[in-house]
Amino acid sequence: MTNDILIFAEQRNDKIHPAALQIVTCGRALAAKTGGKVVACVIGDATGGAADAMDKAGVDGLVIVNDPALAQYSALRYRTALSAVMQKVDPRVVLMPATFMGRDLAPRVAMQRKAGLAVDAIDVQIGADGALDVTRPLYNGKATAHVAFAKDRPAIVSVRANTFPAPSSGAGGAARESVPYQAAAGDERITVKEVLKAGGEVKDVTEADIIVAGGRALKNQDNFQMLYDLAKALDAAVGASRAACDAGYQPHSRQVGLTGKTVTPKLYMAFGISGAIQHLAGMRGSKTIVAVNTDPEAPLFKVADYSVVGDLFKIIPLLTEEVKKLH
Amino acid sequence: MKILVVLKQVPDSTTNIKIRPDGADIERAGVKMVVNPFDEFAIEQAVLLKEKRSDVQSVTALIVGPAAAAEALRTALAVGADDGIHLQDPAFDQLDELQTAALVAAVVKPRGYDLILTGKQEIDLDSGQFGPALAEALDIPHVGACTKLEMAADGKSFTANRRIEGAEEVVEVPLPALITAEKGLCEMRYPSLPNLMKAKKKPVETLKAADVPGFNDLVSAAGGMKLHTFRPPPERPPGKVLKGEPEQVVKDLVKLLREEAKAL
Repeated sequence: MTNDILIFAEQRNDKIHPAALQIVTCGRALAAKTGGKVVACVIGDATGGAADAMDKAGVDGLVIVNDPALAQYSALRYRTALSAVMQKVDPRVVLMPATFMGRDLAPRVAMQRKAGLAVDAIDVQIGADGALDVTRPLYNGKATAHVAFAKDRPAIVSVRANTFPAPSSGAGGAARESVPYQAAAGDERITVKEVLKAGGEVKDVTEADIIVAGGRALKNQDNFQMLYDLAKALDAAVGASRAACDAGYQPHSRQVGLTGKTVTPKLYMAFGISGAIQHLAGMRGSKTIVAVNTDPEAPLFKVADYSVVGDLFKIIPLLTEEVKKLH
Repeated sequence: MKILVVLKQVPDSTTNIKIRPDGADIERAGVKMVVNPFDEFAIEQAVLLKEKRSDVQSVTALIVGPAAAAEALRTALAVGADDGIHLQDPAFDQLDELQTAALVAAVVKPRGYDLILTGKQEIDLDSGQFGPALAEALDIPHVGACTKLEMAADGKSFTANRRIEGAEEVVEVPLPALITAEKGLCEMRYPSLPNLMKAKKKPVETLKAADVPGFNDLVSAAGGMKLHTFRPPPERPPGKVLKGEPEQVVKDLVKLLREEAKAL
């Protein structure tokens, strides 16, 4: 095992996932302690743009696995590819974004490589004893715990989006190496038939820096249009509480919370969401939280950085106008 | 077709979680335990398949956990599973998610299930490692975060929708395979009291570590993580309350978001 840090540089359609750039910051900090290199692994079909983005983010080396069979994510093919790169680089730590892809892929790779695994990390350190020390939330964000790993094995860590700042863009020029994709028996068993784009023009809650979310206080589906207008002005995603989704105001794909999506945007603005414990589970990791509610006792006010006691039907249109003035 | 559903018993989502004074774990006493909500979707999907299709021979529910976990198993049996497997041994309580996957794989592999269903995530450890890890240990494909499942008429493959960032993928996979259930797949029916009574008569096989050949070796070959130093979530500093005329409040809010929070 080397002291190197390997980063799985998640991309789709040759567009690097922003969280993959952020974890270069984490990887550099770890490598400074271990004395190893930071190597990015890009897996896909045509990945020149994604590799360039990782290069400029300041990695020491790039390992690229390009193959037409890897054009779309497959848990089996990507497992085989990443596992082969792990075998070649022999890193001590593998970092990846805690995205749908990262969460889907990491357990398979960990089992195949006999590696440790911690998902959804909110802190990644090399402790005083030289051991990897990961902190992660559990019990729907009601607790955090440290994860210790077996010393004789590599550790895979998926890191929550927005935990580390993206590095400033550098000149690049890291050494690049190609590794062929050698299909394992049965790798072809998952076939992607089609990709249904949900949400249309508006971003998904898991990929936006800003989320504007509505609760049942919006009263109906039509009133959510106000939030979509605000989201457009902010380049934000629209989210919703479980109550609003169950009432049919928004699809469940926009639900934030325990049985919905967990989000950690830079700014989370909640309108008419009281803040049930299940909703808090999905958004309490956000950097800045704004809550707007007529009820001054709404539980969400307890975690909000800015609590606005007022009528959302007045606040949202005014806010949209005010935000438009910023441009 | 033989179907397996793997469950976990977890603290109810509305439970107040307290940390033990030594930080080694949460306080377990007095915590209400329920079937993991994502596993409920998996149970219902398995039972729906059995009701709709004549080629489903059996639905087996499996749980790893202490004696009290039998209650979760009984819920699955009351909802429509035919029989249960309870992996119960103090040694199992020490396993991480990857080791648990290795254990379950060793138990189910010789039994030859065609379709395995489980939740996409357990709401206690929140890691979602188990499902994909079990699929890897069994060398079968998996579909994670599945919102829709349609079995082919011949029962040899299925198409499934899975949630990814901002989109849904439609994938086709041959059996044997594993699916992890996402919200939207289906909602579990309510287990009626008569069915809960009948469930007590359904067969449940209990297995200990000694019943699993090579238990120590298969566990030491996977994972090896230890959780320690549990803490309550970091406190958020007290926030600011904005009240007054909406026009002024909105102006103040945007100013604070720009200048103080630097969020805009």
